[in-house]
Amino acid sequence: MISATQAGLIGAALVGLGLYGLITNPQPLRKILAFNLIGSGVFLMFGIIARKGAAAGFPADPVPQAMVITGIVVAFAASALAIALVLRLYEETGRVTLRPDAWTKPPSDGAGSE
Amino acid sequence: MIAGASADAATAGGGLLALPILLPVAGVLLSFLLGGRQAERIALVLAPVQLGIAIAIAALVWGSGRPVVYILGGFAPPLGIALRADGFSAVMLVTATLLMPAAQLFARASFATPRGTEKRAPFAFWTLLQAIQAALGIVFLGGDLFNLYVALELLTFAAVPLVCLDGRPETLAAALRYLLFALFGSVFYLLGAALLYGAYGTLDIILLSDRIRAEPAVWVAAGLMTAGLLAKTALFPLHLWLPPAHANAPAAASAILSGLVVKGSFVLIVRLWFNVLPALPSAIPGAILAALGSAAILAGSVLALRQERLKLLIAYSTVAQIGYLFLMFPLASGPWAADAWSGGVMQAISHAFAKAAMFLSAGLVAESLGHDRIRGLGGAGRAMPVTFFALGLGGLSLMGLPPSGGFAAKWLLMVATIEAGQWLWAIVILAGGLLAAGYLYRILAPALFGDSLPLEKPPQRSREVVALALALVAVLLAFAPHAFFVFLQIGRPAAMAALR
Repeated sequence: MISATQAGLIGAALVGLGLYGLITNPQPLRKILAFNLIGSGVFLMFGIIARKGAAAGFPADPVPQAMVITGIVVAFAASALAIALVLRLYEETGRVTLRPDAWTKPPSDGAGSE
Repeated sequence: MIAGASADAATAGGGLLALPILLPVAGVLLSFLLGGRQAERIALVLAPVQLGIAIAIAALVWGSGRPVVYILGGFAPPLGIALRADGFSAVMLVTATLLMPAAQLFARASFATPRGTEKRAPFAFWTLLQAIQAALGIVFLGGDLFNLYVALELLTFAAVPLVCLDGRPETLAAALRYLLFALFGSVFYLLGAALLYGAYGTLDIILLSDRIRAEPAVWVAAGLMTAGLLAKTALFPLHLWLPPAHANAPAAASAILSGLVVKGSFVLIVRLWFNVLPALPSAIPGAILAALGSAAILAGSVLALRQERLKLLIAYSTVAQIGYLFLMFPLASGPWAADAWSGGVMQAISHAFAKAAMFLSAGLVAESLGHDRIRGLGGAGRAMPVTFFALGLGGLSLMGLPPSGGFAAKWLLMVATIEAGQWLWAIVILAGGLLAAGYLYRILAPALFGDSLPLEKPPQRSREVVALALALVAVLLAFAPHAFFVFLQIGRPAAMAALR
């Protein structure tokens, strides 16, 4: 079993890698994966905190464990929503990009263009 | 009074605090249960009830002169979760429950439930609005940082789909960008909450505020949570997602997104720094927040000056007006703190009403003219005077001209900065007002002075009245009596400590 410090460092590294990916990758799908990487790092932190807080005969503090389950559900729902948006965007336009200028001249919309 | 577990016992009538959360959740569930055809009716029936409850909570807080507390299920923190209402949360709750029915009445024309086949967009719109109402209820009343995290996520998940209801590609891209920024924000908030729990073994706001010392773990947690919340509040330079999202959403949704949803995460930043972390020296973080706010005021206003579309201009002005909210942070301690607090809260609510009025008016302009290009607005003010009157009255608040809630807010903030000797922020407030006058002139001057131009279809009078009513509320806030500001102080930690 790895020590709490090692696990903490791994968690921090995951958060750092994920943040780097979220900022530098232009593709939405990779951004979503990067977000999940950050999430894994955060959930690992909760795991260590649960083990550190173990008391009164419990192997671990149950409160952070309850939080991490909620966190995982929320992150899953968030990823699903993001993927659904990516898929819908692909269905509508055949490409997926977040560049703001990609939509400034839509062919059939009078509101956005002169 | 605010400190200590004994003083945090449930107060009489506290059960009322569960209703602003339970009712809209029940509404969402009922909408799913009874099918899409009933969603609109349920939302419209529940809205006035929620307003009544919000007013009852405000009356309760006013009557007792101290925060109202409800302990869920009778399990006291740290094991259980508390709901707390102070002056700030009561005022925000009333604001939210006033804006919501206004947006709903306005939206009835565009999201009416069709008679024949059931349609997805109206059903989604009416249920999402109720979900936002529920999430805001928890954000305003929640007393536990993890509970607030869940509220924040609910708020995001309800707000993002509102942006892309009509399914055009640019709205989908805007929604996706919004979601990615929001996810970054919530995961960093969660990481900060984890660190605080690891250090102190509780996430209850009052228990934490007693235990917290200025330690490295707390600074890291505060930094992570603040950065995350700033991304959700769209404070410069994390504002990139806001203009496309707010400008592309349907008008009623834009009003709720700009008026209320960004205020949700702002409320959490206030809770974090004023209620959770008063033990930290706040001079430097406060100055950083105010510097970002100042940059937001200047950059947002200048960008607003350069927009070609009315809705984008209004969205960029939201970026600027959010900046003002953060000028209250460097003024958190000292004899001027009460003024700064009142100014910050006043800015939050007056902007909510003014901006909602402006987005609704902009929606009417876009529908009546068939476009919202600023260059094509010449003479539109003659063709639809009520709409432009609402737009102008809302603008009064953005500029900070009397009489308006925006004036009261900016005046209070300015008095506090001058008393504190922090002149720099006062200059930014004045410059922001001038820039706001500049971008409003760009809309109003051509609209009022050109020859009347033909409309594709005239705006519905009832929808114009809704926008005008909201703008009038923003103006009337200027006449808030002294008691209102006393009310805002209920539950402000420093004010309560002085009473003790």
